Amino acid sequence: MPVIFFLLVATLFPFAIGPDPTILDRVGGGVLWTAALLAALLPIDRLVAPDAEAGVLDQYAVRGISEEAVAVAKIGAHWLGFGPPLMLAALPASALLGVAPEMLGRLEAGLALGTLGLASLAVTVSALVAGLRGGSALAGLLMLPLAVPVLIFGAGALDPIQNGGFYLLAASALVLLAAGPFAAGAAIRALRD
Amino acid sequence: MTASSLILDGLGCIRGGRVLFKGVDLSLDAGDAAVATGPNGAGKTSLLRLIAGLLTPGAGSVTHQGAIAFAGMEPALDRDVALAKALAYWARIDGGGAGDIARGLDAMALTKLAEVPVRMLSAGQLKRATLARTIAGPAAIWLLDEPGNGLDRDAQARLEAAIAAHRAAGGIVVAATHQPLAMDGAVEIAIGGAA
Repeated sequence: MPVIFFLLVATLFPFAIGPDPTILDRVGGGVLWTAALLAALLPIDRLVAPDAEAGVLDQYAVRGISEEAVAVAKIGAHWLGFGPPLMLAALPASALLGVAPEMLGRLEAGLALGTLGLASLAVTVSALVAGLRGGSALAGLLMLPLAVPVLIFGAGALDPIQNGGFYLLAASALVLLAAGPFAAGAAIRALRD
Repeated sequence: MTASSLILDGLGCIRGGRVLFKGVDLSLDAGDAAVATGPNGAGKTSLLRLIAGLLTPGAGSVTHQGAIAFAGMEPALDRDVALAKALAYWARIDGGGAGDIARGLDAMALTKLAEVPVRMLSAGQLKRATLARTIAGPAAIWLLDEPGNGLDRDAQARLEAAIAAHRAAGGIVVAATHQPLAMDGAVEIAIGGAA
């Protein structure tokens, strides 16, 4: 689903902007990053809430599996489900947007890092809103500001002159990845009270 | 089965700023059973969740020896796969094998439904599947929340037989129910009631 959405944005954008290669080349990388961010948002209401409702999380807890371990597994699974497919989809998408081949390498490397952070953030946010009605709308509001650094530095990492954006992207993705399991674990525990 | 025991000491539960129950004392050894009774909303489920460690006690403490299995109101089975496969997921986590699943399915007369997707099962069949997961597991202490809900007469008899067999093997059973459930010599924990 996220991948189809990602490709949909990449297909629609040239129609809306027009086929001018110079404009597409300038905005293409940024568009793909925005699409990747929104694609990460799509499955957010399915990541934790169904398991919480079905009692699966309780069963893990009774078996002595820590909430943090559950969160790590969910982050890993979510990333596998949307990170690598998104990187694959970025190939046709960048062709559609006329992104230059040398920029594609930076985009792919940036996506590899950025999607890790986004996966961790998505699981955290979906654990936070799991017990709430209308949680998915709130999830979008909660996730977007926290995902903005990844978006800014991800688009910044496309800059061919310097690598600063790339390091900052790595740093912000790492922060999200490091904090995610603990925040999501605490949110899952809080769900029970 | 190694020696199992369950001791509740002055256990109290606070939910939503309200004291549900307090001063619950209980001491169970291998082969013992207890049944929590009380009106709806008295805190029977909360008591089981406290024992399972899913809630933090408002007062008192829970100490237990032996692993716990919690058969709650939610089946916790993947709705999109066959029943045997959904049970196999938990059996793998519990370190069990195909034999354990077959034992659980057989005990609750679900063998014929093993290949049916979980989402096709009726409420009573789901309850039996939840119990089958508990029976298939290695845990010494069974916490059963309304185990008789939606069970037909045959399934009820099978449940009582499974409980008796588990206790004979040195297990402990704590059930919360408002339905009659035949358990010889079970301690009754009356919750709420007059309070």
